[in-house]
Order: sequence, then structure tokens, then C-alpha cells
Amino acid sequence: MTRGGSLPETSRYPPGDLAVWIFILAELAVFAIFFAAYAFTRMQHVALFDQYQATLDRNAALFNTLALVTASYFVVRAVTAIREGRTASARNRLWAAVGMGGLFLLVKGMEYAHHLGEGIRLSTNAFYMFYLSLTFFHFMHVILGILVLMVLAMRTAAGHYSAQSHTDIESGASYWHMVDLVWLILFPLVYVMH
Amino acid sequence: MQYQSQAVAKLYFTAAIGLFAGQILFGLILGLQYVVGDFLFPEIPFNVARMVHTNLLIVWILFGFMGAAYYLVPEEAERELHSPGLAVLMFWVFLVAGALTILGYLLVPYSGLAKMTGNDLLPTMGREFLEQPTITKIGIVIVALAFLYNIGMTILSGRKTVVNLVLLIGLAGLAVLFLFAFYNPDNLVEDKLYWWWVVHLWVEGVWELILGSILAFVLIKTTGVDREVIEKWLYVIIAMTLITGIIGTGHHYYWIGTPEYWQWWGSVFSALEPIPFFMMTVFAFNMVNRRRRNHLNKVAVLWALGTAVMAFLGAGVWGFLHTLSPVNYYTHGSQITAAHGHMAFYGAYAMIVLTIISYAMPMMRGRKAANSNRSQVLEMWSFWLMTVSMVFITLFLTGAGILQVYLQRYSDTPLPFMVVQEKIALFYWMREVAGVVFLAGLVLYIASFFVGSKDPEAAVEQAASPTA
Repeated sequence: MTRGGSLPETSRYPPGDLAVWIFILAELAVFAIFFAAYAFTRMQHVALFDQYQATLDRNAALFNTLALVTASYFVVRAVTAIREGRTASARNRLWAAVGMGGLFLLVKGMEYAHHLGEGIRLSTNAFYMFYLSLTFFHFMHVILGILVLMVLAMRTAAGHYSAQSHTDIESGASYWHMVDLVWLILFPLVYVMH
Repeated sequence: MQYQSQAVAKLYFTAAIGLFAGQILFGLILGLQYVVGDFLFPEIPFNVARMVHTNLLIVWILFGFMGAAYYLVPEEAERELHSPGLAVLMFWVFLVAGALTILGYLLVPYSGLAKMTGNDLLPTMGREFLEQPTITKIGIVIVALAFLYNIGMTILSGRKTVVNLVLLIGLAGLAVLFLFAFYNPDNLVEDKLYWWWVVHLWVEGVWELILGSILAFVLIKTTGVDREVIEKWLYVIIAMTLITGIIGTGHHYYWIGTPEYWQWWGSVFSALEPIPFFMMTVFAFNMVNRRRRNHLNKVAVLWALGTAVMAFLGAGVWGFLHTLSPVNYYTHGSQITAAHGHMAFYGAYAMIVLTIISYAMPMMRGRKAANSNRSQVLEMWSFWLMTVSMVFITLFLTGAGILQVYLQRYSDTPLPFMVVQEKIALFYWMREVAGVVFLAGLVLYIASFFVGSKDPEAAVEQAASPTA
């Protein structure tokens, strides 16, 4: 949790606060169990899963993948900027990441509206149960990630961070990358693989 | 004690210990009734003894939480309590209402109690753990509101610390979720569904926040580790608690008529509920190992570490044992549940209350930091007697549960319930013996408040020892 305060932040490993990494580990465990449960259930209902997987909008999901990866790109650039002490640039890039995250929520929200409009619910069948549960649980994480990035952007603008002191940004960035990483597994698993 | 008004906690702690003793006595009666079915019948039937045993548990822990809040909130907020008078008044209201309710259980047949207290005007009675007459429930809400007002005003106008805020969120959640005790739909599925919003979301949700903040407070005080470090852990622990615990409610929804997806949601999320408890254990030992001083109140540190370990075992491990839906299909409502219930309640909530009492009581009784050596040694004996006997109670009930599940539900020729109960009677006898040892531990615990109280306070140690 605490470590040698004299160590420059850029050379710390892992970056950010150790507590965030413990949190990330626990979060990944939750998703891992969900992914395993998905794979296990799919083995028993391959035909059903393939049939209903075809009803998902893969283009929307691909667009969303690009949105999240782009958001991660901006987050990386924000970290680089604050490490060099360029506060305004870090702030702008954080807001850009928030924007890309918002785009993800919008597209995903439209997908949900479409499915719910067709009367699809958690109880419809095993595939939709997993599709809705997994993606919605991830959706909530995107919301949390966006909130974190927004707070960071505002605090950056208020001058809370500098090249020497920006652990919060490194921590928030690590969390955001986790959210992105989970989607990079979720997208092929639920939308593509059959 | 830094603030005069912290002293109101003493009343609450004293009542908590008294009710704790009552709970254990009824536990012993109840344990004996498992094997001697007509023991004390018809004066105290099994269902009444069970109701008193569980209700006293909840009430004494609530007294303990309130006492803990009245003690630690002023110290954290760095100001006197908003209204010590209100705290004292509410203490008496709560104690009298609690005592009348218990007397009602013991003296009047339950249906008569329901009639006497006008249950048909707003029916809320008759559900496990929420058996209290509606007027008692209303009383609880009034006490809780006054308590939250008092604590909230103190926190809002004082120094804001993470410990205080987490505690406040936990206590507010406790009060809000209790309101579901008044919601009593006719549909049995809905009834059960919301009933768990009180029961589960208390013990596997907001109570964990209260536990975490009390533990953090005691660790800050006894180890001298930076508040910043401890607060960071507290954040991570409560985040994990809420992520796993809220949807983890689903592990109660397997067989009550809810949709199938709860099988997955309940299994996945509740399987991860041990994580925050494990973090708590790592956290507590880490902080004690990195302590900057050896606090004179060693027994309080022992209780704190004991809480972390026993909460993980009782709530975490014993909960996980039967939380997955395919397992729970067989174990539901068996003695496995009883085993889990005993160790989890003792390990998490009884022990955290005993931790804060152990830390705070010496100062409220005029000591500078800690009791005399003699008194602390006696309290340590009581710690080990109660904790080890609780481990045995849990193991015997687990043995009974495994056998019960096998004979009654799993074998090729399942036996009827009562036939199985007779076959597992040996385990019940052993549990009762362990219960008597627990009582002995409790007697020593109470004695530790009197023995050595005239001796000088425990002195500074010469060299730092590796264990607390």
C-alpha cells in the first residue's frame, strides 16, 4: 500500500496504488468466474447459443470495441502528459477518454433498447441470460470507470496533480484498462466465437 | 477517553453484555431441546427458545453497534456528541422495548402477542428474525432515527474521516433496510424475496461496513499505523463487500420461486463474498505487524485479530461451503446452515462488538489505556474458551449437517427427518458440551471486568514482542 515515498512515480511497478491492483484482481476474478460459467453452459447448449448469438449486433459491438480501445489510448496519452507535467493536455485527454466511454454507453444502450423492445429478458433463455448479465455487469463497470475519469479530469484541471505527484491518475488509468481488457475478452466470447 | 459524551457508550456496552449472556443461556436450553425434546416444555417451547436466542443476538449486537458509534464517532469527529441526553433516552427506550418484547415472547403465546399488539392493523409478525410485534418494530425505527440524527449531526459538524463516513453509511443502510420488515406482501415468493433484503443485506452488506469501520478504528488506535493506509484498505474492502454482497443475495433465491438466472447470479457473486473477508484478515495482520507501538491493551488487539480470522472462517469459508446452487440443492436449511450461522455471527459481529468493548471499556472505567495484567489475562482466557468452543460447535454442527444431508437427502434410500435427527443426536450432545464451555468462557469474560480492577494498569513492555 505505501512504499518508498522517494521513488519517482514513473518507475513504480505496478503503477498507481497497490490497493487498486488488489481491487482489479478481485474484479477480474468475478469476470473470470462468469466467463467460465458461460463457457461451461455453452458446451451443453451449443446449438442454442449459436442460434441466438446470431441475433446480436456484431457491428455495434465492433464499434464499441474501437470506442473503448480509443478511450484507453487517450488515457495512456493522459498519463504520459501528466508525467511530463503538461496538465492542460492531461485534462483534455481524460475528457476525450470520457467522451469515448460515453459513446460506448450510448451504443450499448441502443442495443439493450433493441433487445428489450423485442421482449428479451433474463429468463428468455440461457444465452440471453448470460448475454444480458455479462454485458450489463461490464456496462456498470464502464459507468464507474467514466466517473473515475471525470473526477480525475476535474482534479487535474484544479491543479491537484503534477509530474511528481499523480498516483491517482495512474490508479484510475489502471482501472480503466481493466474495464477495457474485460471487454476485449467479452466481445469475442459472447459476440463472435461460435 | 477524549470526550465526555463518549461515556454514553458504557450503558450500551453493559446492556449488550447482559443480553449476550441471555442469548447464551437460551442457546443452551435450545441445544438441549434438540436431544431432550420436552425439556422445559410447556414453559419454554422450542420455537420460543429459538426466537429468544436469535432475537437477543440481534438486539445485543445492535446495542454493541450503537455503543461503538457513540464511542468512536466523537473521537473521530473531534467534538462532543451532538446530544448525549438523547443517546441516554434512546438507550432506555430501546432496552425497555426489547425487554418487554422478550417477556412477551416468554409469557404470552405468540398468536396472543400478535393480537395484543394489534398485528392485524399492520401485519408484520410471524417471520423468522422479524418476529417482533409491529409496535416494537416502530420503536426500533424511532430509536434508529434518533440515533442516526445524533450520530449524523456529530459527524457533519466535526472532522470527517473515512472511518466515520463508512460507519455512517453502514448505520444508515441498516436503518433503511429494516424498513422492509414492514413490507409484508401476500405473495409468499415476494414476501421471502424482500425478507432477505433485511436479513441478508444486513449481515452480508451494511453490517460489514460497520464491522470494517470499527475494526479500522481499533487498528488505527492500537497500532499507530498511518490513518491513510488503513483508510485505503477500508475503501477496497467495502467496495468488494458491496460488489459481491448485494447481488450475492441471490444465494437465498434458489428455491423460493424466483427466476432461474438467480442460480447463476447467486452462485457467482456469493462465491466471491469471502474475498472482502479475506482482505480484512490480511489487512488486520498487516497493520499489526507494521505497528509503530505496542499498545498496552493487548487483549483488544487479540480480539481484533480474532475477529478478522473468525469472520473469514465463519462467514467466508463456511458460507462458501454451501453457497453454490448445486451444493445448496442438498444442504439448504440443514445443520450446515446452522454451523455457518453460528461461526459467522460469532466471528464477525459478536467478536467485533467484543473488540470495541475491550478497547473502549477500560478507558470509560477510568483507566488511561488498558486494564491490569490480571484482568487482561482473564479476558484472554475467555477469548480462547469462547472462540475455540465456537469452533467446536461449528465443527459438530457441520458433522451433523453432512450426515443429515447424506441420510435424509442424498443416499439411495433417504430416511425421514426425525429418524435422521435421532441418528445424529451424538453430534448434538457434543455441540451442547461445547456450548457449556462457551458459557464458561462468557463467565470468565464477565469476571474479567471485576477481577484485577484494583490492580495497577498494565505497564510498558521492555521489548517489542512479535505477536500481539
